[in-house]
Amino acid sequence: MSAATGFVSATGPAPILELRAVRKSYQMGSFRVDALRGVSLTVAAGEYVAIMGASGSGKSTLMHIVGCLDVPTEGQYLLTGQDVGAMNEAELAHVRNHRIGFVFQQFNLLPSMVAWRNVELPLTYGGTPRAERRSRALQALERVGLADRVEHRPGELSGGQQQRVAVARALVGDPALILADEPTGNLDSGSTAEVLTLFAELHASGRTVVLITHEEDVAAAAQRVVRLRDGVVIGDERRLVTAP
Amino acid sequence: MNWWETARAGLEAVRSHRLRSGLTMLGILIGIAAVILTVGFGEGAQAQVSSQINALGTNLLVISPGSSTTGGVRGGFGSASTLTRSDADALASRVVAPDVAAVAPAVARSQTLAVGTTTWTTSVVGSTDSWAAVRSRKLSSGRFLTAADLSSDAAVTVLGPTTAQQLFGQRDPVGQVVDIAGVPFTVVGELSSIGSSASTNEDDQAIVPLSTALARLVGAGNGSVQTIYLEATTPQTISAAYQEASGELTSLHHLSATATPDFTITSQQSVLTTATSVDRTLTVLLAGIAAISLLVGGIGVMNIMLVSVTERIREIGLRKALGATPSAIRRQFLVEASVLGFAGGVLGAALGIAGALVLPHLASVPVRIDPGATVGAIVIAIAIGVGFGVYPASRAARLAPIDALRSE
Repeated sequence: MSAATGFVSATGPAPILELRAVRKSYQMGSFRVDALRGVSLTVAAGEYVAIMGASGSGKSTLMHIVGCLDVPTEGQYLLTGQDVGAMNEAELAHVRNHRIGFVFQQFNLLPSMVAWRNVELPLTYGGTPRAERRSRALQALERVGLADRVEHRPGELSGGQQQRVAVARALVGDPALILADEPTGNLDSGSTAEVLTLFAELHASGRTVVLITHEEDVAAAAQRVVRLRDGVVIGDERRLVTAP
Repeated sequence: MNWWETARAGLEAVRSHRLRSGLTMLGILIGIAAVILTVGFGEGAQAQVSSQINALGTNLLVISPGSSTTGGVRGGFGSASTLTRSDADALASRVVAPDVAAVAPAVARSQTLAVGTTTWTTSVVGSTDSWAAVRSRKLSSGRFLTAADLSSDAAVTVLGPTTAQQLFGQRDPVGQVVDIAGVPFTVVGELSSIGSSASTNEDDQAIVPLSTALARLVGAGNGSVQTIYLEATTPQTISAAYQEASGELTSLHHLSATATPDFTITSQQSVLTTATSVDRTLTVLLAGIAAISLLVGGIGVMNIMLVSVTERIREIGLRKALGATPSAIRRQFLVEASVLGFAGGVLGAALGIAGALVLPHLASVPVRIDPGATVGAIVIAIAIGVGFGVYPASRAARLAPIDALRSE
């Protein structure tokens, strides 16, 4: 794996994301915290990658940079070939809207809106017409097996169901990358299995999934595991996963 | 996200926090209702004062005798008897005073009127047949004095409604006889009511022919009168009529241009101007208080919007993560604030109008609903929403999505 290459390989799949010696530091009062100290990573289209690390390993910071929620202090981040570091806030918002589907540990659904309205939210910021938004939101909810829960508010759904609504919301804009931050952290084992099955299915249908976790058995579902410690990559292993 | 979507999102946020939105609106609502009521109250009072003053006679000029100087002692206005019937006759000439439509010289005395054993003391006014026109008075029954009554010194009288009520109760006074200072007068008519004004009760008086009054009641043989009422042809010619009357009296009384005139001319217009300016000051004062309450309401909106930003940091972070641009977030909060302002404005206007309709029945104060002030108040309410929403909205828009999502 070469982080230095500037061209797309003629043979392998085009990289979705490419981190080149990314550093990220925060100023915490009087002292500086180096959350990432030179991370280089390339994820190709269609990969299912788990990023693992203990608390404080920098995985959350990495996720924020990969998700275009934050920009690197040093180094370069290319998402589908575009340099994110040079973008302003509005451009970052556009990239998040069109290229990335987020799944959060806390689900982050808006409690006052019913399921399909939560799912259509990214489309409203993308400027999709109303009628099309609804049909796409319903399709996405059907895809995660919640066709019969479209008019339920998050409070009326179980944790697993809420996370599936969140997955539907991540899917609805047809993004290049699905980015999940501890998606099973708040779920029981049954719901965890459900959500992981969903990710496996999405991967099988050709989507790129990056999953951040600190649990071995969750990471075991992925095809490739990148391990972080103290802001550097300490391991990158690929393994064969049997398709479900 | 277009404006329509933003407006929907804003409305949803307002709806989903009903209690908080309601309390915020209450501040604006009370402010707007107070503005509409105070402005309406002030305008109602102004209208009442002008209608009362106008009721005394439109285009009216009143000439009173000036001060007299007797042996170095200066009397007050009206103490001299410098005005005469011939002054009035001269002013009635279309050639001398083309802008004067009618002239009514008058004398007045307090006299006791008696019908059988019923007595009533009131002002007896001796005047001419043009008095009714000059003073804009109408009759509810019978007729007014005629030129024939004057030339024949007829013992006839026209009673004000209060006077007639006191002497005759519910009976029709026309055709009845009333003794005025012991002289029997036949009642020929009754004036219709104009309501009492602050200084004099215009409904309580008895009008008799001037010639009769001078001969039998006042006893002033020299033909001097106390007041000459003039009616200008139109409201625009009041000042021309004033000049003509002043010039004519100055020459009739052989006064030099520099001498202090022995008469005073006042117009209802000047009384009206003074009265309305007092009311206007009151209105401005009340509106100032109302404006302060609006400002307090506006700060309430800002306060709630800031709380709303803090409370919804996660929501803002999520919306940003899903692709909301800073301007979309700013718009959403601005729409929320202006929806609160608009709803508060409309409800406040409704409350103000309801108050304006109910209050006159409860407290007999006139309240006039001013459509301009109502629309203006609603516009101000929206402006308050937008104005006081700008700061919280830009704070929301500036939040970094990670900080926002991290907050718990």
